[in-house]
Amino acid sequence: MDDKIIEIKNVSKSYNNKPVVKNISLSIRRGEFVTLLGPSGCGKTTTLRMIAGFEQPTSGTILFNGEDITLLPPHKRNINTVFQKYALFPHLNVFGNIAFGLKMKTIPDGEPTTDKRGNKVQKMRHLTKSEISAKVNAALKMVDLEDYGHRAVNSLSGGQQQRVAIARALVNEPQVLLLDEPLGALDLKMRKDMQLELMQMHKQLGITFVYVTHDQEEALTMSDTIVVMKDGEIQQIGTPTKVYDEPANAFVADFIGESNILSGTMVKDCCVEISGHKFECVDKGFKSNEPIDVIIRPEDIKIVETSSKQCLVEAEVLSCVFKGDHYQVTALTFGDERNEIIIHDNVEVKTGDTIGLYIKPFDFHIMHKSRLINELDGEIYDRNIVSMCGGRFECVTDLPESTQVRVKVDFDDVELTDDEEDGTIGATIISAIYKGSYWQYIVRTDNYYDFFVDNDYEWSIGDRVGIKIAPEKIIVEEVQHSEEEV
Amino acid sequence: MKKKFKFRFTRRAFAYPYMIFLIVFVVVPLVIILINAFLDDANKFTFQNFVEFFTDAGGGLTVLGNSLIIGLVTTLICLAIGYPVAYLLAKYHANSRVFVLLFILPMWVNFLIRTLSTKAIFMAMDVELGMGTVLFGMVYNYLPYMILPLHTTLCSIDHSYIEAAEDLGADKMTVFLKTVLPLSVPGIVSGITMTFIPAISTFAISEILSSSKIFLFGDAINMHFSKTTNSFGVGSVMSLVMLVLVVVANVIVNLTSKDEEAASVL
Repeated sequence: MDDKIIEIKNVSKSYNNKPVVKNISLSIRRGEFVTLLGPSGCGKTTTLRMIAGFEQPTSGTILFNGEDITLLPPHKRNINTVFQKYALFPHLNVFGNIAFGLKMKTIPDGEPTTDKRGNKVQKMRHLTKSEISAKVNAALKMVDLEDYGHRAVNSLSGGQQQRVAIARALVNEPQVLLLDEPLGALDLKMRKDMQLELMQMHKQLGITFVYVTHDQEEALTMSDTIVVMKDGEIQQIGTPTKVYDEPANAFVADFIGESNILSGTMVKDCCVEISGHKFECVDKGFKSNEPIDVIIRPEDIKIVETSSKQCLVEAEVLSCVFKGDHYQVTALTFGDERNEIIIHDNVEVKTGDTIGLYIKPFDFHIMHKSRLINELDGEIYDRNIVSMCGGRFECVTDLPESTQVRVKVDFDDVELTDDEEDGTIGATIISAIYKGSYWQYIVRTDNYYDFFVDNDYEWSIGDRVGIKIAPEKIIVEEVQHSEEEV
Repeated sequence: MKKKFKFRFTRRAFAYPYMIFLIVFVVVPLVIILINAFLDDANKFTFQNFVEFFTDAGGGLTVLGNSLIIGLVTTLICLAIGYPVAYLLAKYHANSRVFVLLFILPMWVNFLIRTLSTKAIFMAMDVELGMGTVLFGMVYNYLPYMILPLHTTLCSIDHSYIEAAEDLGADKMTVFLKTVLPLSVPGIVSGITMTFIPAISTFAISEILSSSKIFLFGDAINMHFSKTTNSFGVGSVMSLVMLVLVVVANVIVNLTSKDEEAASVL
């Protein structure tokens, strides 16, 4: 079955030259429940709005049933949307809101006739009042609001408004229903109920749902397919199980579910080394001694006796918290470089105890590192000063002024300062991932260069920091132009 | 021991100056007008002033009728001009107050100066002063009062309503008729009150811009209180009629806006 209802091909969108969605491609099968998942500002809502027709892509095409709808206005698309804040018309009652779309709809009236010139003519007519009211009542029944037709929308609770919004969209019998974080404003219990109801409706109606959320649990529960997005790029597309069990990169692993993300080296096929300990795994095809990221889900780690044969590594318990169906244990591994590990298990342990940890070989998820060193273009500004990223950094070099150079800086060598003014340039933290013994940050400078930074201190996403680099840590190489000059 | 002082400086004290102002300059004059309405020239109690006005002996009722018609026409013209302006400003310059300012700027000039200059321009252009010029002057004067509330309401309409309507299959015209227009009703209502009420009670504009040919209710009241006519009684009755009209108009507005409030309570 390869029945694609929506195809997004190389779509990009920028606002004022700021890219929001970067060249994404995605196919959605008919009848599928697809969730666009990502942190706020990742471009998921913009993508949804482009499918709905409220935004037009800067480049790329969107196909609907094989037809190009990139520039088609929203009212001509057989797609309906459930808005984040419902957007129910306050001047109409519940009935009026649901009937809004139906009143504008035209349907074929009678059999097509042939006019004098031999052209087929299809008369169209509006729906009659009784047809509209039958449809509206059926829609109200579907969302369990049978007697609410006459009510003012603002007299309804959040959950009821939500149902009206869904009924208003579904009554038009769209081929695709778009839902933009529809459950965001509801409380937890209500949200769980609505999740189940939406899944039920999806099954019953058999139409395609495209769902936008930042709630990973919601995405895992409801979807057939999850599209994980970050920074306007698709990180991974897959079933909930696939995305959870085999995250494509550290971001996906960190965003979906809790996980331990550690730095390691691939010694050889099926053998990974983390902080001096070697473990058996099932991954192959990496370069020998390639630095990699290892992801271990907390529930995949078993607590065993230190004397047990299974014990792979010993650790000291830092805390043990009861979480209802499991204990969440935080432990610090022993060794030269100590890593903090989160474990979900059913045994209770005491703080300060030494425990053994066992992890099955296929529970080590090995991933290429997205970047090994910060590399960027710069120019020698003056003696021992290189200009890059809109700032001037001191460095140690013999290269003359105005030489175009390639600058390399190790993750460890980028210093972050709390006060933006203390750094050579300012930047914003856009990603923070804890790697067992340190934080790996991605900080974005004001001219959109992303520095990867390893640091012991904790910042939050969105914090402004200053970037400082010690002069001797900046590796400057002259860019060879010989080939271009020939 | 310190409880000797009975006067305590609470927040309520801040209201006293205004209360005094209100009593001296609003309540007392109203009472004086009320008393005057029942007094004849010899300061004796009489209903004659009411009889004189309501039998249209001095032409007072006719003037009131004319005023209402001119006020209505002025309001309709203001709405017809103001709505598109407010709509376009809200749609394309929602974040910039500069364009709105351009339309409010005339309000900063004293209205007598404004009206006299308008007259001068008409005279220079050899336009005959009459109904047309009066209407022009009225519209010119009251247009900002129509545009401002409309603009505020139109700007506050959540864009998601418009998107929702488009999403449900409405083209641009239908979106306007079925969502924007009904949602801007509060703005229309307050625009109408802010134009109509001052327009029916206006004076000077009509006098100046018609060379005293057109005589409106405000002018009539003004005349009755001038020293030459000295008929305070009839003037007071007319003032009371004006007051009743304003109260009625406000009650109507309040009723409509209350419905809106009830509808917009979340």
